[in-house]
Amino acid sequence: MPNTIHIPTPLRPFTDQKESVEVSGSTVGELLADLTSRHDGLRKHLYADDGRLRNFVNVYLNDEDIRYLEREATPVKPGDELSIVPSVAGGRR
Amino acid sequence: MTMLTLRAGVAEAIRRHGAETYPDECCGAIIGRDGVVTDTYALPNMTEEGPRRRFRVTPADYRDAERRAAEGGAELLGFYHSHPDHPARPSQYDLDHAWPFFSYIIVSVRGGVPEDMTSWRLKDDRSAFDQEDLTNAEHDTHSHPSSPLH
Repeated sequence: MPNTIHIPTPLRPFTDQKESVEVSGSTVGELLADLTSRHDGLRKHLYADDGRLRNFVNVYLNDEDIRYLEREATPVKPGDELSIVPSVAGGRR
Repeated sequence: MTMLTLRAGVAEAIRRHGAETYPDECCGAIIGRDGVVTDTYALPNMTEEGPRRRFRVTPADYRDAERRAAEGGAELLGFYHSHPDHPARPSQYDLDHAWPFFSYIIVSVRGGVPEDMTSWRLKDDRSAFDQEDLTNAEHDTHSHPSSPLH
């Protein structure tokens, strides 16, 4: 059974405007890797140059922030859902 | 160059919010469709790094804005924020935290008085912003990047 990743508005142009995408893997990291391998152009917006998730990219596993789980090593079960949710931030300097 | 049109009342709402929160930065969502902003949604600035120079929208507020846009049959087009006593130009920090395809409206607020308003989009390679052509339908005025809306 595949897993579903919910895609936020600014990343939907990379997923043919789909609000959710089906992926497979056994950890959060594998699901994200499957997503970025299927949809060209997503990776640079999710990951920094050092390969780590950007700090304003929030990933939830069934509504739990993966930072409070085992981050990308968090195991997933069939049917679990991931959500990518932006932290929007900025400022004058 | 992409273009963003502000329907009647939108620019005024953003300016008013910027004046209200001065000297802190304000922030909010811009909602509409096909490059036309029809509504704004003021959000609390939840930064923990000093609201006089930073803003942050929480993931919960982001989800709320996206849901609110969809419920109205529209899309989340991006976000606005103010630069208190600073030009309406994006900072490196703005660039580092930008999302693709969103419009980022910045209003400069000097001494509590809103001034220039500009809009920006992240380049595809994340190297910089491109300025958008911002049109204010309210007064039928048109601002090119060289002359931001007043």
